[in-house]
Amino acid sequence: MAILLPLMLMLVFVFILGGAMDVSDAANASETRNAYLSYVLPAIALTTAGFGASYTAVVVSNDMTTGFMNRLRTMPFPSITVLLGHTVSSMARNLLATAVVVASAFALGFRTDSSALELVAAVGLIALWILVITVVFATLGMVAGSAESASGYGFILLFLPYVSSGFAPVESMPGWLQGFAQHQPMTPIIDASRALLNGDPVGSSWWIGTIWCAGFFAIAIWLIAVIFPRRVAR
Amino acid sequence: MSYTDSPLLEISGLSKSYGKHDVLKNLNLTLPPGIHALLGPNGAGKTTLINVLSTLIPHDSGEIRVLGLDTRRDKKRIQGLISLTGQYAAVDGQLSGMENMLMMGRLFGLSRRDAVRRSQALLERFDLTAAMNKRVSTYSGGMRRKLDIAASLIADPLLIFLDEPTTGLDTRSRQALWDEIQALAAHGTSIFLTTQYLEEADVLADRIMVLHDGRIVAEGTASQLKERIGGSTIQVHDQAGRVIKEISTSGEATDVAHHISAIAQHQPEVAVTVRRPTLDEVFLELTGAPASQESDTEGAQT
Repeated sequence: MAILLPLMLMLVFVFILGGAMDVSDAANASETRNAYLSYVLPAIALTTAGFGASYTAVVVSNDMTTGFMNRLRTMPFPSITVLLGHTVSSMARNLLATAVVVASAFALGFRTDSSALELVAAVGLIALWILVITVVFATLGMVAGSAESASGYGFILLFLPYVSSGFAPVESMPGWLQGFAQHQPMTPIIDASRALLNGDPVGSSWWIGTIWCAGFFAIAIWLIAVIFPRRVAR
Repeated sequence: MSYTDSPLLEISGLSKSYGKHDVLKNLNLTLPPGIHALLGPNGAGKTTLINVLSTLIPHDSGEIRVLGLDTRRDKKRIQGLISLTGQYAAVDGQLSGMENMLMMGRLFGLSRRDAVRRSQALLERFDLTAAMNKRVSTYSGGMRRKLDIAASLIADPLLIFLDEPTTGLDTRSRQALWDEIQALAAHGTSIFLTTQYLEEADVLADRIMVLHDGRIVAEGTASQLKERIGGSTIQVHDQAGRVIKEISTSGEATDVAHHISAIAQHQPEVAVTVRRPTLDEVFLELTGAPASQESDTEGAQT
């Protein structure tokens, strides 16, 4: 799934919607499609990472509700390391998915003038978001009463990229939606990643995105620190 | 003094509350090594007690010593000597039986070589060798339970806490697990179990504690508990074997003989049997409630 999902998203958005998505001054459908590929690349990477990270909520919830975590807690090592293990696993899985997204984008014709430093920075920002979303999903898994609930709670997070600048310019959205789309956390992260991937000026979006990530991360870690020691399987 | 020279459990003034709800109230108990069963109706505090004793949750007041070690000061040392097996099989369904065993062994700090050797031995002992490379999600409930207990033995614990170990198992699997528990005890491992099956406590336990409303209302061997009710019942059977009359007696030989003599004189054609109190009757007498029919979930908390 880590490989199939990004490939399918890439093919759907580029070949089915790409020709109709006018995000540049392209002269024909082929150029329009290529321009949209450059535009949509970070959103697909982050959407894929969101889906991949949501699995963390399910496995953490399973550990918490089936007694597995109880057993680990009565063993002579810090049980919080189990959450750390799930986080590392999610990072590895989703960085692989990100690599698949980028590789398939190149295979479909994506080209960039970015420097190696800019590409590393783009991947770093995406990796930061993967870490944040993984920790958030781990928190949801910890407080959810079941794996199904954990999956349900996380569903809304998976829709954030669609209501951002990820798939369509914010200006093209209805006025009542633009405020949310412009100021939700995904938009600066996607804008910064896109600029870095395409060799464009990044502006302020990178640090706004980083602050969002830091905020989410701090809240999630605080919640884990407070709730995890008190949480015992039902 | 080694761990095995110490009492298994020493509990003094143990109390535990969830908010305003007092779950355990000033418990005092000392248990020697062996198999011990904790009985109690739903909500009595059984799971909370097992969670506290196994260091899973802290207690509010009182002192607890497990194998001579204080649960507050020596938590990590205790955790290296005990194992907890909860109400649900705590195994990873995505891994094979062998992988689950190896994971537990490695988490306990065994070398890979020792973890493999120990896992193979335990899987064989629990008759899981044939399925050890299959995903646990394909196992039956009984197999998962056996794997769960096998995993709890990977580090050769001195004391195992079993929370309702046979709930949900069929009669055959239950009997097989009883055999394993008795074999463990024969090898020197102590067991502290909660159960909703009185027969289980009667068959397995050296000592039985009855927990009711957060207090231990009785403790002793099955025979001692039955003696608490006292007396015996003489059952009079017709020729078809049906019980047609029950006579309560003090249980003393002269009293029983007196009643049987009277029956023989007036109804020489009937048969009589003398029945001692069952653990069910003891439980009912002590708690005013029939034995639990559902799992105890009073330990739920956030």
